[in-house]
Amino acid sequence: MLLEAKGIQKSYGENQILKGIDLTLEEGKVLVIIGPSGSGKTTLLRSLNLLEIPEQGTLELDGDRIDYSRRLTKREIQNMRRKSAMVFQSHNLFPHKTVLENVVEGPIIVQKINREQAVKEAQQILNDVGLSDYQDHYPFQLSGGQQQRVGIARAVALKPKLLLFDEPTSALDPELVSDVLKVMKDLAAKGWTMVVVTHELKFAADVADKVLFVDQGTVLEEGTPEEVFQHPQHERTRQFLSKVLKQI
Amino acid sequence: MTPLVFGQITIDWPLAVHSFWPILQGGLIYTIPLTIISFVFGLTLAMVLAIMRLSKVKFIQTIARIYISIIRGTPLLVQLAIIFYGLPDLTIEVSPFVGAVIALSMNVGGYAAETIRASILSVPKGQWEAGYTIGMNDAQVMRRIILPQAARVSIPPLSNEFISLVKDTSLASTITVTELFRRAQEITATSYDFLLLYSEAALIYWIFCFVLSIIQGRIESRLDRYVTTH
Ligand SMILES: Nc1ncnc2c1ncn2[C@@H]1O[C@H](COP(=O)(O)OP(=O)(O)OP(=O)(O)O)[C@@H](O)[C@H]1O
Ligand SMILES: [Mg+2]
Repeated sequence: MLLEAKGIQKSYGENQILKGIDLTLEEGKVLVIIGPSGSGKTTLLRSLNLLEIPEQGTLELDGDRIDYSRRLTKREIQNMRRKSAMVFQSHNLFPHKTVLENVVEGPIIVQKINREQAVKEAQQILNDVGLSDYQDHYPFQLSGGQQQRVGIARAVALKPKLLLFDEPTSALDPELVSDVLKVMKDLAAKGWTMVVVTHELKFAADVADKVLFVDQGTVLEEGTPEEVFQHPQHERTRQFLSKVLKQI
Repeated sequence: MTPLVFGQITIDWPLAVHSFWPILQGGLIYTIPLTIISFVFGLTLAMVLAIMRLSKVKFIQTIARIYISIIRGTPLLVQLAIIFYGLPDLTIEVSPFVGAVIALSMNVGGYAAETIRASILSVPKGQWEAGYTIGMNDAQVMRRIILPQAARVSIPPLSNEFISLVKDTSLASTITVTELFRRAQEITATSYDFLLLYSEAALIYWIFCFVLSIIQGRIESRLDRYVTTH
């Protein structure tokens, strides 16, 4: 297993958001997480990237393991965090840097790759996401869909073991969604290991190897897209699916 | 006795011309260097204080908070007097110019710290997270992601503080720094033409500040070449 999380618990104050979540993912596979608003999907994803530190649980990623119930050092957090990279719902691009600078920032500053090499790789990635003409633009000069593809390129450039996506298309105008989904499909086809939170059920059905339905901080349903979408075991899952499908 | 005459001011042109250069010179060799040096030291101090204020360690926060409170809560004139006339009691003697630099830097530090702190806090939290997710540590995110964006936000208020500082240096006259205003004062001691000489001093301050405000505008538009989308 590339990724194995066990018993993840996270609270904000009195409010327990994640109530002991388990998940596993093999290398090269795509896991899609679905669930109602407020069910804890973002919190879970952020926990995998250590942007949030749960109180309980263990995380194993690419051969390293950390126990959240222990006090973690900054170094431990950083080492683990560098195995994955997150694509945010609101992209969070660096507004003061051009597209190319956004993408090479991590490789050059964090991974200490020489600039020439980093630029060459970044240009290839930008080409793959269809933005080779935009490398000298600033983020504000791009459409939402283009911004999100830069966000993806920025994460991919780090060559992390695991790519995390938090509703990468839900802040976009409908006509811009398909370009972003296509980029993600390409990445899946190239063998990237991905965890994707999304409401795009068609994408999930096409690309996911596994689907998790999270409800009120627990995994209510887990299986192949076929199992979860066609033969859900729980009434809550059925209700959720019909609600999402109605919105389309 | 000369009668009081309103609505009629006679300008002593020869005096105006003769006094202009000495006053301007006070500005060029004292006011401007004093302003620039104090601002550089002051900003450095402000940066340290701002980061102390943002520290998670309560004790460090409190030290910075007390310092800022004292600086803001006491007159600059009194701060100057303490540094220049008070420190010799502790056997620390400084020249008037150095004394003025110390006092003004400490003062700028206290004021600019809050400006810098606010500008750092104005950068959205998502920028920190984006920095973390690409593997940066706190210092890297601060230096490469947060501060450049905070700089853009803080340029207008910091420019205003710089312009205020130009004017505040006139207080250094009280500790015998022969800066712009003190030069004018010295000339009044023999000519008694207060209105003319102090107006001249005012005019030169105004020219300095006017030039600075033009430079400020340039810097701001340069930093506006990217626009935050938040
Ligand atoms: N920093 C925080 N402080 C306090 N409560 C929080 C914080 N972040 C999230 N929460 C709460 O945790 C719960 C789960 O939030 P989370 O963002 O993980 O849900 P989600 O499944 O991603 O929802 P959505 O589909 O709307 O994005 C919500 O009730 C939210 O209000
Ligand atoms: Mg969410």
